[in-house]
Amino acid sequence: MTELTKKSLTEITKLIKKKEIKSEELTESFIKNIEKDKRLNSFITKCSESALVKAKNFDKKPEFKNLLPGIPIAVKDLFCTSGVKTTAGSKMLENFIPNYESTITNNLWKEGAFLLGKLNCDEYAMGSSNETSYFGNVMNPIAENTVPGGSSGGSASALAADLTPVTIGTDTGGSIRQPASFTGTVGLKPTYGLCSRWGIVAFASSLDQAGPMTKSVEDCALMLEVMAGFDEKDSTSISKKKENYSKNLSDKVKGLKIGIPKEYRVEGMPKEIDKLWENGKKLLQESGAEIIDISLPNTKYALPTYYIVAPAEASSNLARYDGVKYGFRSNRGNNLLEMYENTRSEGFGDEVKRRILIGTYVLSSGYYDAYYLKAQKVRYLIKNDFDQAFKKVDALLTPSTPSSAFKIGEKKDDPISMYLNDIFTVPVNLAGIPAISIPAGTDSNNYPLGLQLIGKPLDEQKILNIAYAAEKKINFKLTLKKWWEK
Amino acid sequence: MVGKIMSKQDGKYLIKGEKGNWEVIIGLEVHAQVTSNSKLFSGSSTKFGAEPNTQVSLVDSAFPGMLPVINEYCVRQAIKTGLGLNAKINHFSVFDRKNYFYADLPQGYQISQYKNPIVGEGNITLDLPEGIKNVGIERLHLEQDAGKSIHDIDPNNTYVDLNRSGVALMEIVSKPDLRSPNEVNAYIKKLRSIMRYLGTCDGNMQEGSLRADVNISVRKEGEKKLGTRCEIKNVNSIKFMQMAIAYESQRQVELLESGKSIDQETRLFDTKKNETRSMRSKEDAHDYRYFPDPDLLPLNLDKKLIEKIRKNLPELPDQKKERFIKNYALSSYEANVLVSEKEISDYFEEVAKTSDIKLTKNWIMGDLFASLNEKNISISQSPVTAKIMAQLINSISSGVISGRTAKDVFEIMKETGEEPNKIIESKGLQQKSDPKELERIIDKILNNNKDKVDQYKSGKDKLFGFFVGQVMKASEGKANPKLVNEILFKKLK
Repeated sequence: MTELTKKSLTEITKLIKKKEIKSEELTESFIKNIEKDKRLNSFITKCSESALVKAKNFDKKPEFKNLLPGIPIAVKDLFCTSGVKTTAGSKMLENFIPNYESTITNNLWKEGAFLLGKLNCDEYAMGSSNETSYFGNVMNPIAENTVPGGSSGGSASALAADLTPVTIGTDTGGSIRQPASFTGTVGLKPTYGLCSRWGIVAFASSLDQAGPMTKSVEDCALMLEVMAGFDEKDSTSISKKKENYSKNLSDKVKGLKIGIPKEYRVEGMPKEIDKLWENGKKLLQESGAEIIDISLPNTKYALPTYYIVAPAEASSNLARYDGVKYGFRSNRGNNLLEMYENTRSEGFGDEVKRRILIGTYVLSSGYYDAYYLKAQKVRYLIKNDFDQAFKKVDALLTPSTPSSAFKIGEKKDDPISMYLNDIFTVPVNLAGIPAISIPAGTDSNNYPLGLQLIGKPLDEQKILNIAYAAEKKINFKLTLKKWWEK
Repeated sequence: MVGKIMSKQDGKYLIKGEKGNWEVIIGLEVHAQVTSNSKLFSGSSTKFGAEPNTQVSLVDSAFPGMLPVINEYCVRQAIKTGLGLNAKINHFSVFDRKNYFYADLPQGYQISQYKNPIVGEGNITLDLPEGIKNVGIERLHLEQDAGKSIHDIDPNNTYVDLNRSGVALMEIVSKPDLRSPNEVNAYIKKLRSIMRYLGTCDGNMQEGSLRADVNISVRKEGEKKLGTRCEIKNVNSIKFMQMAIAYESQRQVELLESGKSIDQETRLFDTKKNETRSMRSKEDAHDYRYFPDPDLLPLNLDKKLIEKIRKNLPELPDQKKERFIKNYALSSYEANVLVSEKEISDYFEEVAKTSDIKLTKNWIMGDLFASLNEKNISISQSPVTAKIMAQLINSISSGVISGRTAKDVFEIMKETGEEPNKIIESKGLQQKSDPKELERIIDKILNNNKDKVDQYKSGKDKLFGFFVGQVMKASEGKANPKLVNEILFKKLK
């Protein structure tokens, strides 16, 4: 039998339901792995003790009807968890303990799961390499000194290194899909409004969306089923019937039309990624899908648009961290203004400050029309590109990222090259549509690479099904050397 | 500053400068607290006077991950107010964030409406001594209130009370149509009255439910172009608004006449020194970086909802005034007074239902109003309820007591709230209306004053009053004056 911690959520759940393993045993195996996490640095807060108590409680009175019976889950430290420190990867919230639980984590606990710990992430989810975290960078288990991607870097790293059976992240411009691609795992960004934002530390409200990060497409479907649902506390939440994504999961893709957007073939993209993409097309074709070349003409404007809209919203969302009510307050300063200045100068890291500055600038009087308003118009055009494409095809297939995981420090001082990492993922956030990244192969370094499937609004089931079919054909396996345990 | 010289020509309010007459142009931005049990975007209570920071939710204090959810009731209240102002209700409106830092603004932004308010243009009719005047309404929008900073508890620290944070306000912006402090007075009173009729704002200025920013500019009489304006922030009583306008317009005239120009700026009114002071200039003005709040969807109002609210609107002051004039034969002035407050009009109608109209209006506008003023209370707080007021008036009409005695009875009622019937009974104040008894009294007096009777009969008519007085005195004021007159007249023939 393979190690428990290497198994998928679906497998573990079956074992628990068949009473072949106990939640305590399962939880202990993960805790054992977590104790060796030091070099990966994927955890900000470990909840080993309370998790064990909850596991024992489950074993005493097991409830097998639930979708996540007795499953320990570590989550990105952007989800507010009642009684447990929630830092958003920032000094600003280093000691912040909410007394409320986010809707999404609460949905997990209602199905029988419990909290295993809080996972490292870029500060306020701003970053593509997990290097902006106040709690230090996270390493990718695929190789020493490589980044796990970001902002859900801790989540991806912990998942790939078997420190949690599944996890959840948030995706504002690719923060689930890019780290999933870098670590050889599955990550899904749902349709905007499918998962409640209530209780998630906000980065850019019109783009933020929580989603599952898992070891298999099947797990991903199950997790999405648990997470999704209308929440009256979130005005942008979509009111619709709950779907059985896992029950309806099917690898039948015969007759489906898959679009290949030509604008995603960018200059300087490694040949390996092109090869992987070709391979993806081929195997979907073999499964009976029809491949159609399409165009998304405004793709090239997506990144600049994103880097106006997201910082604009962030500059306003982060105004509440002012040292007055909770969180960090500088003890320097003789009046309110100085207190603000010192608190925010000392409490925020460079990347967060950069984005607040950009956001403040693009919203300021005299620049609003040229930047923010124009970006909103372009955003509409980008959404329209997808609408037009989906008149012809059922889903789109693209690479998830323009490169594989890079070295820590490699792009840290070059924000533009860092931002370019999100080139294939941001259009989806701007359009508010769902997309999933699945591992599709490796590059010459043996670093994983992902393929992305993009769907129509609320068409998660279809992209899950296509991903499921592709996953079977690709049969991706990653062997990790566990260098971090040494 | 030199004394203010103002002239009233054809009811026009003008400032007499050294170089001619100046007209004052005023526009108001009224902030009216929406009558609602809970806040605009959270379920917290809005009750006034609670212990500091006891009516604050996680949303009001802007905890991480908290999201606003619009309170539908407040939206309906805004629509209702818009309809009461004869205004256009916008089917599409947007909530924006107004960004600025302050300790009592937990989010670091106020949720307001900027480019697309819920209510568009409307108007208010003012009944002024010089005639009817229409004042344009530019817009009405919904926004949340900030908390309160308290600077006087501790010399080194400021305290913050977030009870008000998130409370729903309607900002009602007038066109620059007002021309004098008196018009401002009439405008605020009428606006307040309309909202109180609608039940959308209690208009309580002491509790801060109604405050205004006053925009003022001046221009030479006859000039068409508007001058540069100054905005006086957050004035919380009509009296202060009038004082601020008087001071500020004079200041502007003096500046302009001495060849200087007006800086467009925000000013504060110092109520102690009775002057306005610069708060910040246009250059220092905040850049609020307004943008649509991504946490809230635009407000799309259903036509049916608006029509339903329109159908259920209560009778408003203007309509009621017309009806009062028609149904109760009141003068325009009387009707105005009686409809100014919904409670007064209700009181009037309840008394009038069972009583003589003329006596009713005279008693309410006379003795009752005097007693309210004297005690500084509202009509609903008066011990003299409509029910006992009607009883009092009916005992005059039916001749049980005289109008004179009624005044004494009212003096007791206004203190104790006792029923007039009981007061009359226990004090034996009923009029003597038995002709035989009155004849006996009159005969006695005529017998005792034979000389005067002779004088009367020989032409000294004025003595009639003397005899009446004697009868009233002998009857301890209870004799029915009408009967006394009749009997005396017969006997002295």
